[in-house]
Order: sequence, then structure tokens, then C-alpha cells
Amino acid sequence: MATYLRLPWDTLLRARLFIFTFGFIISPPLCATPEQDLANFRKYYQQRFPNLTLNDYSNGVYAIDKVARQSWEAIEEFPPYEAAIETGKKLFNTPFNNGKHYADCFPHKGLGIAHQYPVWNKAKGEVVTLSKAINDCRLSHNESELAYDKSEIVNLTAYLVSTARGKPIDVKIPTDDSRALAAYEQGKSFYYQRHGQLNFACATCHIQNAGKKLRAEILSASLGHTNNWPTYRLKWGEIGSLHRRFAECLTNIKAQAYHEQSPEFRNLEYFLSYLGNGVPLSGPSTRK
Amino acid sequence: MKQLLVLCLILASCTSTIPAPSSNIDHPGKKIAFAREKGNCLACHEIEDGEFPGNIGPPLKNLPSRFKDKAALKSQIWDASRFNPETSMPPFGKNKILSEIEIDQVIDYLWALK
Repeated sequence: MATYLRLPWDTLLRARLFIFTFGFIISPPLCATPEQDLANFRKYYQQRFPNLTLNDYSNGVYAIDKVARQSWEAIEEFPPYEAAIETGKKLFNTPFNNGKHYADCFPHKGLGIAHQYPVWNKAKGEVVTLSKAINDCRLSHNESELAYDKSEIVNLTAYLVSTARGKPIDVKIPTDDSRALAAYEQGKSFYYQRHGQLNFACATCHIQNAGKKLRAEILSASLGHTNNWPTYRLKWGEIGSLHRRFAECLTNIKAQAYHEQSPEFRNLEYFLSYLGNGVPLSGPSTRK
Repeated sequence: MKQLLVLCLILASCTSTIPAPSSNIDHPGKKIAFAREKGNCLACHEIEDGEFPGNIGPPLKNLPSRFKDKAALKSQIWDASRFNPETSMPPFGKNKILSEIEIDQVIDYLWALK
């Protein structure tokens, strides 16, 4: 009798445990603090990929796709983003018309700080990404804004990111301004909401099915998704931004794509970067 | 002459072992299921000779053992979220990714796969 009862009960219990452990992460976890989100996020991936360390996630899909990793490593020997870093450095050190520099806008002259972005700007009441900080700097020195989808700003970020390479992501959600948490929450809802005709959430592919194959491609984990940007994407044939990749993903699932540096994408980056805290910055990088 | 006859027989037996082309090779449902801009089923499912299939969903074969009839399969393809809110499957009918006629053709093709 006991054995009759035990089997289905065990299965039920296991199913419940599974839902308890993973259910919250597949669907939007309500009422969780960012700290709890981060702990749950890491725990989920640890269970999914027990052989990976936190540092491994800075290599994106190549941490889990051993075959693609080989060709990626070969490409990284002669990185196609080197020119972007060089150009970015020149641009960064070129003075504005008023004689001031980009370096005057940033702590530590902008060097070795990219891992702390995006930041919450209390005065502006919005999330400021590294790209936006560059444009805000230009505006404060009476220079025109750079187009986010053009190479100049991508090269500038490539240089700044290269100076912070290897530093663990360190994004903060200040507690003295409730709007910061609200921005994070908006990014989180966007991540878990279903979008477009194909009706996918970011979480559908990159949490629920991370490591599985979508046709011939292995789906990457979201942990470390923001670490390797800007990235020279072979498909693009050039270096591009994280927001360009966001837009591409949304277009693929036949959803409305937002503009680069739109509040939606900045908040999404804020959420994802926060969850990537502790993973070393690996940008600029290359991807397929 | 006898040797030639034997050779002919061997050749004949050889050709007969080459599998006949699948009867559904030109099935309109197969074209819809395989086309990237249509069903794109291979993105997630293994289907007979489809190259580089994904593994997010189960292989599409022996479907009559998983669905009680074609109508049940149709409901799944039409809007899988009705049965599982966490599904990874796009709602092909509900979101008009495929027309109802196309869905019926896909079902007709898939239902026969062993």
C-alpha cells in the first residue's frame, strides 16, 4: 500500500519542488528584491550548468558551446574589434571645441569604469548607460549628440570598455531613490513579458531553454549577456552595440523593436547588467 | 549468358533495396513545416530528414500516440499557451503565423510520420 502511495506522491512532490525552484525564474518573480533576483538567477544557472563558474559566463554562449568556442578562440587571436578600440581612443582624446575632453565628464577620466555602467542618475531621474553618458558629456560641452547606430559612439564605448576589461560588473540600484528600483522593475517586466507575433519572452529562450538548440544554434544564458559589448558580430560584419542586438532579437520574434538608448532598452540593460554583477567584463568581443 | 542473367538479378535486387522516395516528399505541409518564414518547425523539433533540427520541443513523429486526434494536435499548434502558460511554442493560429489552411496541411503531413 505504502509503495502504491509513494510513487505518485514523490512525483508530485518533485514537480512541486521544480516549480518552487524554477517557476519563479521562468515567470516574473513578483515582490522579489534585486538581491533576491540575483541570487535566484545565479542559482538557476548553477543548477542548469553545474560545471560553469561565474567567470565562465563572461564568454557568453561559448561557455556552453564547445564546438563554436574553437572557431571563436581562433578569431579572438586577431580580434576584428582592435581597430574600433584604436579609433575610439583617438576620438576620446580629441578635445571638444571648448578645449575640454570626454575625460572631464567621467570619474577616473573615464578609464576602468565601464563595469559600473549603467548607473542611476538621480538628477535626471533615469538610467544612464555608457553610450548615453558619452552623449550627455557632449551635450554638456555644447557638442551635438552622436547617432547611437553609427560607428563613432560604438568605437568610443569599445575603447572605454577595453580599459575596464576583466573587472567584475558592479551595477548599483540605489535605495535612496525609488525611481531607480522602478526602472529596474520595468526592465525586469520587459524581460519576462511575451513579445511579438512569435510570443516569446527573453526568458523563454535565455532562461527556460538556455543551452538547448534553436535549429543549429545553442541558446545562450542571460547571465553575462551584457558583459561582452560592444561586440564584433560576424553576421553584421562590424562592431555594434548591445541595444542593436536587443533590436535584432525583437525583430526576429516579429516584435516591435525600440530605438537604441530608448528608456525601454536602457531599463532592460539596467536589469540584465545588475543580474550580471560579479561576472567579469569581457568586451569588446566577437560573436557569430 | 547465365552470368549476365545473374548480374541482372543482382542489380535488380540492389536497386530494389534503395528506399523509394518518401510519399510525402512533395507534401505541401512539409514545405510549410520546413520553411523558415512559415512553420519553421525545425527550429525546435526534429522532423524526419530535416537538417540541423533544434531540441527545444519533442521530435515530431508518432503523433497519433500523443494526441487523441488531429483536432487535438490542431489546438496545440493553434495556441499551445492554452495548455501550458510557460510554453515555448508560438501560437501559430491565434497570432496568424500560419493560415488555418496551412495549419491543416502541416497536420496532414505530420500525422503520418512514424
